[in-house]
Amino acid sequence: MNNRLRVLRAEHGWSQQDLADRLGVSRQSVNAIEKGRYDPSLPLAFTISDVFGLPIEAIFLREGPSA
Amino acid sequence: MATKMSPAMRRYVRRLAVCMTIYVVLIFAVGWLFRHAPPTGLLAWGAAVLPALPILGTFWTIFRLLEEETDEYIRHMLVRQSLFATAFCLSIMTVWEFLQNYDVVPSGNGGFGAAFFWFVGLGIGGMANAWVARKDCAPDDDDLEEAE
Repeated sequence: MNNRLRVLRAEHGWSQQDLADRLGVSRQSVNAIEKGRYDPSLPLAFTISDVFGLPIEAIFLREGPSA
Repeated sequence: MATKMSPAMRRYVRRLAVCMTIYVVLIFAVGWLFRHAPPTGLLAWGAAVLPALPILGTFWTIFRLLEEETDEYIRHMLVRQSLFATAFCLSIMTVWEFLQNYDVVPSGNGGFGAAFFWFVGLGIGGMANAWVARKDCAPDDDDLEEAE
């Protein structure tokens, strides 16, 4: 799954650690999600959505052509 | 490494230290007992099992860590590490047992049981996780820009 986490984070002027603190996870987790090496659970995806004030589908994108 | 230890990880390290301390005390104490005043019957069973108990405690601390760690990505890495340890241990024990079945190697394990190989596997998995963590915690571009 692709995501816009890095772009959104840059728009807010947050470092990975800043975002990790807001989400209550480690910076390692933010990095893994940003790089697409780990897809977050639905509860964490909702928390990310709350932190950025955007719907989940505006942050996480399906890989390949969408249906 | 700049990674902070989570509260669950701190509890794990504390529990592990307690289990290992008890293990070291028991392994020497029970060894001394069997050399100098070997117990018999039921007492021998009880005494022989004693050093195994802190090892079982170590398994419990690992399962508690998996239960208590709130960071899902870290938990994912720990589960992967435990699965690697299990696969590593089972692979070695399976090969070893076949070698014994065909009398290629002598019977017995020379004191190296399944738990030993499981912990070796856990250590290798831990090193792999540490390598990934180091990559994950390298300064990212944004942090570099901030530093300039």
